[in-house]
Amino acid sequence: MLAELAHFSLWIAAALALAQALGGEVELRRAGERKALGLLVPAAWAQALLCTLSFGILIWLFAVSDFSVELVASNSHTDKPFLYKLTGAWANHEGSMLLWVAVLAIFGGAAAWRGTALGPRFRVRLIQAMGGISLGFYTYLLVSSNPFLRLDPAPLEGNGLNPLLQDPGLAFHPPLLYVGYVGLSATFAFAIAALIERQVTPAWARAVRPWVLTAWSFLTAGILLGSFWAYYELGWGGWWFWDPVENASLMPWLAATALFHSVGVLATRGSLKNWTILLAVIAFSLSMMGTFIVRSGLLTSVHAFAVDPERGLFLLVLLGIYIGGALTLYAVRASTVAESAPFRPVSREGALVMNNLILSAILGVVFMGTMYPVALEALAGERVSVGPPYYNTALLPLLLVLLLLMAAGPFLKWRQASLKAVGTRLIPALVVGAVLAAVAAAFGMRGVLALVGVALAGWLGAASVMIVAGPKARRLSASSAGTAISHLGVAIMALGIAISSAGSEERTFPLRPGETASIAGFGVRLDGVRPIAGPNYTSLGGQVSIACGDDIFTLRPERRAFVAPMQVTTETDILALLSGNLYAVLGEGGADGRWQVRLHWQPLVALIWIGGMIGALGGAVAAAAGGKRRARERREARA
Amino acid sequence: MIRRLALILPLAAFVIFVIIAIGGLGQPQTRQIESRLVGEPVPDFVLEPMSDARPGLSSADLKSGEPVLVNLFGSWCLPCRIEAPQLDRLAEAGATIHAVAIRDEPAAVADFLSRYGDPFAHIGMDPRGRMQIEFGATGVPETYLIDGDGIIRGQWIGEVRENDVAEILAAMEALR
Repeated sequence: MLAELAHFSLWIAAALALAQALGGEVELRRAGERKALGLLVPAAWAQALLCTLSFGILIWLFAVSDFSVELVASNSHTDKPFLYKLTGAWANHEGSMLLWVAVLAIFGGAAAWRGTALGPRFRVRLIQAMGGISLGFYTYLLVSSNPFLRLDPAPLEGNGLNPLLQDPGLAFHPPLLYVGYVGLSATFAFAIAALIERQVTPAWARAVRPWVLTAWSFLTAGILLGSFWAYYELGWGGWWFWDPVENASLMPWLAATALFHSVGVLATRGSLKNWTILLAVIAFSLSMMGTFIVRSGLLTSVHAFAVDPERGLFLLVLLGIYIGGALTLYAVRASTVAESAPFRPVSREGALVMNNLILSAILGVVFMGTMYPVALEALAGERVSVGPPYYNTALLPLLLVLLLLMAAGPFLKWRQASLKAVGTRLIPALVVGAVLAAVAAAFGMRGVLALVGVALAGWLGAASVMIVAGPKARRLSASSAGTAISHLGVAIMALGIAISSAGSEERTFPLRPGETASIAGFGVRLDGVRPIAGPNYTSLGGQVSIACGDDIFTLRPERRAFVAPMQVTTETDILALLSGNLYAVLGEGGADGRWQVRLHWQPLVALIWIGGMIGALGGAVAAAAGGKRRARERREARA
Repeated sequence: MIRRLALILPLAAFVIFVIIAIGGLGQPQTRQIESRLVGEPVPDFVLEPMSDARPGLSSADLKSGEPVLVNLFGSWCLPCRIEAPQLDRLAEAGATIHAVAIRDEPAAVADFLSRYGDPFAHIGMDPRGRMQIEFGATGVPETYLIDGDGIIRGQWIGEVRENDVAEILAAMEALR
């Protein structure tokens, strides 16, 4: 009964979305915007409630292992730990698409509630646009990916969940990522409404800013969690692989990053109107294209999702309607948006334009690298893989310049800044950067690029700290504080990347129990390997002793064999020290009693995720700050 | 006019994406085995070995009188990991496989081989990716079939898959 109720809720929600998109138009013409809002706002809220209900029921069905529902039967198992029964709800195609529409509906409800800053007519357009976006995804879900199909007779046992996905990191990676992806739909709807109503104004930029920042923060957190999962679960020793699916999440992130920087220019100077609108359209378009690429099997990737060309075609049609429609609207309307006077290169807005140029270039490089194999396969029938050498070569100079400029940007005044004054203020940062690089060199770090990376990280970090802790810190607005926190996060991340990539060491030792080896100053001994019984797997557990100075640590890497479905995973075990991570992977055992024990030392690698999370936090601070400021503006407007 | 064009540009780019995507969906999992270099002799080259333990690769090694395979790979390349078991099976079935490590470091290659299997007879280091151009390869991995006289007889673009193994073995048998 519950599954039918959930399915029915989705149909009602779809009808409400249709009512928002089309009924809103009729009502707007017939009765005016106030009356229309009386219909639209409750519709958006009801839609959000119905979707939440539907998704809640899906989670419940997974929790009680109701195998009469096909999706539960094919993705769950009674032996699964309870947490992974719940997360199984979105660790599959249908469930994740339901999560997508549920988040979309919740954002739609929130936009209907909060989108009041630009007048009732704009709010109508906003709700219409959100409804229109939702409608397509309901159609997709209900027609080609219904999560509530029944099985008759119901099987006694389910198929289980891909064991790679049975991990806390991955359990919460998709929801965070989806909140980020879908959050950009609100930005997209703001852009559509602004184009229709010709309201590309500084007020629009201020209204859209918290939406962009919220989505960006979630997207950042989601990407980081995914990268962290890949790092400790896949056991490949890297944290970013330039895999197409990773790139699919990175591209909207880059566009969103460029977007909230250009939104700042529009809000303050009233410039970059067309560009900002275009970025708002592109950010969500890239989110949808990412989903499409992943779900259609257009690209082969380590993320093995079920490949289904029919679903791919369906999504492609949706993309064509939304992205094509938005870009057409842009081509027609953007020319009528008046631009204001140009500005000077040495100024805050000049720096933000540089930021946008560099981020766009990075986006272009990633886009080319991701799409080139697709294009080549479609046109010439050849399959190729574009690997890290391409990305590293193309992106490194851009990233270094970006780090260099990022430090100075927040110190520049709007309209016109003095290069000399900023240079003088930044001397401490310069010193910190140079000292840090000298320290790194003294610790034995070699390689010009790595040292330059360390120096730039120090320079950016110090400059960011100077803003939060400097003499003007008391009068600092929360949004400037957010900027400084995010930039500090980037500096920490850059430091982690430079140090861990320059200082990492990796060796594989064939060891018999009791034999010893050494890596990066650590003594290593394989104590033994013994079988372990887990809740839904059996495992070979290695015990490796690590001697570090006078301390002895024990690592327990495993090779797990899951029964349902049949699959072997390697569980790395990580010795996390302040100075870095040493991680151990247990490989195949040979007939001669030797085990392949792989050890990987990565100094200070944790800084990558710590920095990233600080960056996401900065975004959240700035988003909340925007909310406070608008509340104050509203109060002042009323007074 | 230029301004107008700039506004239409994003739309045009997207239309191209859609056209390509439709093409990609139309022929999702098909693989064509076509090369401009099939039928041509291998170019002359000499590649450095990765270590003293194993010889490097030169064009002379490919004119051995027996058909051999040449696998272009990189330790940094994900599909290369996927194809490793298939290469192992080819080697077990008696095929001689030589490798060219594209834009790679000896240490990284050694690690790759220890982790994903080592079916290779000779390995030549190609730090600048020159052999990709010499063999007319578009990417990594690619696998070439060379007959006993050093003529390229076949090319498999992308990772060697399960169902390619029998086909490759049959092609090698036919050349003996």
